[in-house]
Amino acid sequence: MMLGAGDPLLSGKIDLTVVLIVIGKTVAVFAFLLVAVMLYIWFMRKVIADMASRVGPDTAGPWGILQSLADGIKLFFKEQSVPDSADRRVFFLAPYISLMTAFLAFSIIPIGGQVSIAGHQTYLQLADLPIGILFLLAMSGLGLYGVMLAGWSSGSKYPLLGSVRASAQMLSYEAAFGLAIVGVLVQAETLSTRAIVEKQAWTGVGSLGTWYVIPAFVAFVIFLISAIAETNHPPFDLVEAEQELVGGFHTEYTGIRFAIFYLAEFMNLITMSAIAVTLFLGGPAGPSLGFLSATGPINTWLMPVFWFIAKVMVLLFGTVWLRASLPRLRYDQLMDLGWKWLIELAFIWVMVSGVIIVGRNEGWNLIAVVPLSLLGGLGILGVLRASMPNRSELVEEIL
Amino acid sequence: MARFSGFGVTFKQMFKPRITGFYPKEKREKPERFHGRHVLNRYEDGMEKCIGCELCAGVCPAKCIYVRGADNPADSPVSPGERFGFVYEINYLRCIHCDMCVEACPTEAITETKLFEFSFANRADAIYTKDELLVDDEGRAKRQPWELWLGGEDDKTSAWMRATSSSGDADYEGRVNWSGELGFGVREPEQGQSL
Repeated sequence: MMLGAGDPLLSGKIDLTVVLIVIGKTVAVFAFLLVAVMLYIWFMRKVIADMASRVGPDTAGPWGILQSLADGIKLFFKEQSVPDSADRRVFFLAPYISLMTAFLAFSIIPIGGQVSIAGHQTYLQLADLPIGILFLLAMSGLGLYGVMLAGWSSGSKYPLLGSVRASAQMLSYEAAFGLAIVGVLVQAETLSTRAIVEKQAWTGVGSLGTWYVIPAFVAFVIFLISAIAETNHPPFDLVEAEQELVGGFHTEYTGIRFAIFYLAEFMNLITMSAIAVTLFLGGPAGPSLGFLSATGPINTWLMPVFWFIAKVMVLLFGTVWLRASLPRLRYDQLMDLGWKWLIELAFIWVMVSGVIIVGRNEGWNLIAVVPLSLLGGLGILGVLRASMPNRSELVEEIL
Repeated sequence: MARFSGFGVTFKQMFKPRITGFYPKEKREKPERFHGRHVLNRYEDGMEKCIGCELCAGVCPAKCIYVRGADNPADSPVSPGERFGFVYEINYLRCIHCDMCVEACPTEAITETKLFEFSFANRADAIYTKDELLVDDEGRAKRQPWELWLGGEDDKTSAWMRATSSSGDADYEGRVNWSGELGFGVREPEQGQSL
């Protein structure tokens, strides 16, 4: 069975306990994501408020921590309107496509290490697919449909423009995003997230060097930028540029359906941070508490989850920081960055790291081969650049 | 690296003290001479100070005050003088809180509180009638349901009045020529403009 390829839980006989454990894990991941989104929205509003010398939400619950819950309840009971010109069936379906893909993408994330529940060994991870990363790419590609169909089915101009922008942006950055992941995969030589995490396992401070953020630093930077663009997060939030498009693709959405888009957006953000942690920062790897038993519940259950959440939190703080600091890019700047810089940089990176790995296996002289491959890559780039039409000439032609 | 300096600005800002306060819960002290919603005052014996002279209505640049005077009934006078304010209305959709009515009033009948947090959903609420403007038996402003009184707003009224002397005569500066306001007594005179 494909789903259970890596997980020891599913390698033996599948009985009721196993099914119950799988259901339990599913519910736990579902709840974890929902609570995480709730807390993230609160955290984001608080931190942005701090950065703007404001107080932020402070009324609902202690420190306003229940603010997003209150917002959710409010949105749930609000009137929902549908434009007359909307394609009703697609209009109702679109938010759920966004939500579903956002949830599914998270299922491949290894949250913790191997634990034993009711006598069964299992990973703290919903599904360890042998094609894990491909599944992620598939889901982020499918998530695009939610946005696109929402704008298209609204039967209104601004949502349509917003969704056209969204699909163009997400498609463009999908390329750089995928190539950045390939930049890691050529080194990890596997698609399974669990295997990637195990290659970065903690064996002491020295194992920091095995975290792919160091051997694949360029890929890490490209990944972060394109992941932010993929999730339509500022400074790449042209999709919902209020000044130009009202609300973008979700202009016509109200009430809980709007909330679902919102939820999906932040869920994607959390998933992307979790993917970055998994691919580049060792996932749940981190020092355990040495004075406690290595097989005790704290070191097997708690510490890996703690490290995972701590790393995700650092990245999420980064996204909030971006949101507070950077103005939105212009559309042509966005496309320039994606097509003219990130994709090409990612190609060169994949090529060079591929050469290094093949070279190591084949016993090539790396000092000679690596600069040569770099030069070759830059040469191809130069030819491409030279063949690109000059923007100012193009503008003159049009005028 | 200049294009990344914005990150430093926002990060440093996190550790600086907040500028905003917890507004409805904690309010900032209002300036001494703040102009808020008006009150119509009474004397200690409960008589109304307003004599219906319409000077406030005449001086009002926004034309938001409507006053009609009437002769005091002989058996139950409303004010100590000959006439009293029979109708007194202020339209707060027009009032600009310039305080010129307070300056014009010869008997210090109209003064301003520190209340500015009042919002109405209809025109009738916006036009305050005499009943609504007149202070109660304690000398405190009557509180309307659409007003947010959080303490302090009705304690200090008419501070601006006391900066000037009666009839603007410089010899009387710093001397209180008025009877105390009901519930507030006589307050110390303020330093005048000449200091």
